Amino acid sequence: MQTETQASAKDMTVDTARWIYTKMQEIRQFETAVHDIFAKGEIPGFVHLYAGEEAVAVGVCAHLTDNDSITSTHRGHGHCIAKGCDLNGMMAEIFGRATGLCKGKGGSMHIADVSKGMLGANGIVGAGLPLAIGAGLTAKVKKTNDVAVCFFGDGASNHGTFHEAVNMAAIWKLPVIFVCENNGFGEASTFDYAAAADRISDFAKVYKISGETVDGKDLAAVYEAAGKAVERARNGEGPTILECLTYRDFGHFEGDTQSYKDKDMQQKAVTDDDAILRYQQFVKEHKILSEEDIREIDDQVKAAIEEAIRFSEESPFPGEGEVTTDVYVSY
Amino acid sequence: MAVKMSYSDAINDAIRLAMRKDESVILIGEDVAGGAEVDHLQDQGAWGGVFGVTKGIVEEFGRDRVIDTPIAESGYMGAAVSAAATGLRPISELMFNDFIGSCLDEVMNQAAKFHYMFGGKAKVPLTIRTIDGAGFNAAAQHSQSLYALFTHIPGLKVVVPSNPYDMKGLLLNAIFDDDPVIVFEDKTLYGMKGEVGEGFYTIPFGKAEITRAGKDLTIVGIGKQVHTAMKAADQLAKKGFEAEVIDPRTLSPLDEDTIINSVKKTGRLIIVDEAYPRCSAATDIAAIVGDKAFDYLDAPIKRVTAPHAPVPFSPPLEKLYMPSPEKILAAFSVMVGDKVFSAV
Repeated sequence: MQTETQASAKDMTVDTARWIYTKMQEIRQFETAVHDIFAKGEIPGFVHLYAGEEAVAVGVCAHLTDNDSITSTHRGHGHCIAKGCDLNGMMAEIFGRATGLCKGKGGSMHIADVSKGMLGANGIVGAGLPLAIGAGLTAKVKKTNDVAVCFFGDGASNHGTFHEAVNMAAIWKLPVIFVCENNGFGEASTFDYAAAADRISDFAKVYKISGETVDGKDLAAVYEAAGKAVERARNGEGPTILECLTYRDFGHFEGDTQSYKDKDMQQKAVTDDDAILRYQQFVKEHKILSEEDIREIDDQVKAAIEEAIRFSEESPFPGEGEVTTDVYVSY
Repeated sequence: MAVKMSYSDAINDAIRLAMRKDESVILIGEDVAGGAEVDHLQDQGAWGGVFGVTKGIVEEFGRDRVIDTPIAESGYMGAAVSAAATGLRPISELMFNDFIGSCLDEVMNQAAKFHYMFGGKAKVPLTIRTIDGAGFNAAAQHSQSLYALFTHIPGLKVVVPSNPYDMKGLLLNAIFDDDPVIVFEDKTLYGMKGEVGEGFYTIPFGKAEITRAGKDLTIVGIGKQVHTAMKAADQLAKKGFEAEVIDPRTLSPLDEDTIINSVKKTGRLIIVDEAYPRCSAATDIAAIVGDKAFDYLDAPIKRVTAPHAPVPFSPPLEKLYMPSPEKILAAFSVMVGDKVFSAV
């Protein structure tokens, strides 16, 4: 999806608004389903859920095409969905099935679809930052008009790769947008404890690039700030740090007791401050979508997620030979 | 037509040929040109790499394709990985292989695994050039030979050229290979001159070269240790033993067949490797031969390697540290029994 970058959110078209709401609901319902199925023991390995942070991935990816690249984190399902990855293929990947986007060989932490510009969820904190530089470098060397978006957490902002990547993007004026999803926690440690900086966007000043902090629960705020950042990147005006203050509704990983969370803050995040509820209010208030539109999309997404689960459950596991295929292109 | 060229010039030649052939080939690393944005240089390179290996390349291809990076190995190596995944063929220079500690994640967890983790749907046609080798009095953090570390990791290809001809052909093969490849340039070989093919040619990976034929002993030399093996073979010949010397050229893939077939003929194997002995290329080759050609062995396999110690600085110590023809002869004498050897 690529929308008019300069338009203010309240002026977005009905098509854009529908796309955004659909993607936000897909993420929420996908993650809720994974949460439930994981609890039943039917999903192997580790999963890290994105629910609560939908406005960030969707508000940013609304401005991107399939030719634009994104790098992601271990909490990557939301980025995949927002970038247009197939729900059936994603769910089957998480189930470890042969029909998964990565043939069941990557799993939740490594879902990728390079044909959609999704360069992979990543099991290594901070790894996506330099990778985004590479995608930006390709755009610069090949003189395309593409941009690269790096989604990273507040935890990764303490990593050396953040500073190496931002510095390189700045000196080379690369078309890269660093989107920090500051959800307040790096694993079980708070942002306030682990980071000396007050705001991640403050680093923009040091590196002499654009930087902004927005309410990451507010789709309209993310959408507008991301639109400007993408426009700057496409115009050769260099990188931006866009810090989105958000909250993860679930734990760091599934099974996390979340004892480090403040109960009131958690409650507020999933009620008054919920990104989807706030977006519903926004589109109704500005008469972009009706209650009826919303319910219709809810139902469509519900059916799509049910289909993704059915598809995954009925899909075969990879064949034995797959253990050693795809190690090399040729060897 | 062959031309006489140094190991260093063979690298420079290969990079230029690749960059002329394919616009998606870029050279990226710390001071691969040097002197970026220094007015009085007028965009001429200052260094061409710390040993001047890539000198002149920026003048031919410009700074859009010859990119000096900050000293930030994680950052630029990660960028090279992803540039490869998104349509370029980067040649990324890791100045010394000892610096891998600063960017191992990008090589081990990103480059090596994209193709597999993403179900074969992503390619990383990345070439990492890096400097290895002791014998330069460069001490413990600039002298290691860490190829075993990369050979261990599925998804990476590992190249250890021992001479200018091989360097050019193997490097060109690496640049146009669709997998991540790490090419080790032994710093003590940069000045070595040899016949190099003119123009574009490639040497396929996984094809060892028998640099000397023999029937009494097989010596596998890794990288520049092929030359140590050749010297030992000359001395053995004077004593009536004909050693077959094998240069594997690449450690991953490894040409097991050539080594095993040789051992089947000679019944004896010495592996010469200047890297640390534990979990090394030498140890790996010994295990493979022990597994697949045990019945053909007339003596235990011997490894002539560095000791399990960092590379020392002081020249006499470093000399003691390295494999030598004498050490190879000593190993052989144990294999054939001192008496037999001294009688010859």
